Amino acid sequence: MKCGVVVFPGSNCDHDIYHVLKHVLQQDVTFLWHQDDTLQGCELVVLPGGFAYGDYLRAGAMAALSPVMGAVKRHAGAGGLVLGICNGFQVLLEAGLIPGAMRRNQNLRFLCRDVYLKVERTDLPFTWKFRPGQLMRIPIAHGEGNYEDAPERLDALEANRQVVFRYVTPEGERADADPQWNPNGAARAIAGVCNTGGNVLGMMPHPERCAEPILGNTDGLTLLASAVEAGSQVLGARR
Amino acid sequence: MKARVTVYPRREILDPQGKAIRDALSRVGFPGVDDVRAGKSFEISLAGEDPEAARRQLRDMCERLLANTVVEDYAVELLDGGAGVQS
Repeated sequence: MKCGVVVFPGSNCDHDIYHVLKHVLQQDVTFLWHQDDTLQGCELVVLPGGFAYGDYLRAGAMAALSPVMGAVKRHAGAGGLVLGICNGFQVLLEAGLIPGAMRRNQNLRFLCRDVYLKVERTDLPFTWKFRPGQLMRIPIAHGEGNYEDAPERLDALEANRQVVFRYVTPEGERADADPQWNPNGAARAIAGVCNTGGNVLGMMPHPERCAEPILGNTDGLTLLASAVEAGSQVLGARR
Repeated sequence: MKARVTVYPRREILDPQGKAIRDALSRVGFPGVDDVRAGKSFEISLAGEDPEAARRQLRDMCERLLANTVVEDYAVELLDGGAGVQS
């Protein structure tokens, strides 16, 4: 399937996701420059990690207004697949493609380590290869991943089943108030959120950093393989 | 026309930076500080003379870029010509 990796000034995980999509998953991948207003026919668009536009003003705020995001919004509106990883998740929030906002991590530190996630939904194009309730070990690397929204909006998010990943203990238990397992203090331990259509996913952890045996962990590959395989089925059916 | 826009974390939302600054103030000898909110301030120079139009424009700037209204509140203030009226 044709995949596009958006490059903002300050993106720094763009080559990592490009590598996994191209060399591990054998997909047709291209970089998409932030000034372009087309997606060159890409079916899966990835907004990578980094510090787009230096995270000036707020993480993702400037990037959300760049020309390429107009094309990403049209793609998302037409049911196309969009995956935002880390800074890419922050861009999706600022662009209004996913509800909520990020605050500084509760302990005010940049956190770079493995965490455990529970996969809350396995009926999405991004997660259909997971078993229901499956756990993932996956790295995070962020200073602003403390997800927040108004309580009634969080209730709506849960009711719509938009919480895709939650930070949990290695045994899969909720420990929302424990900074060891909910590392950034996110509301309801939310690590990943989709839109109501399920075709746009934002997540703070980095699946592209755990997608090869040589890295000692392939939990992230399940997610990316789901996206590239389901994506072609979904889009193929629509044509 | 000059204006100041201030953006702060919303009251009902925990402000980790403000809390850390409050704790630090207490450590350097200001134990009586109950609460600190850490925000941003923007000084903006605008063309035009109409204070109402300026305030409208500033609020629009906040809604569209300067503030993230999911987690932040904002205030706009004209520093000259607008009699410093807050809105």
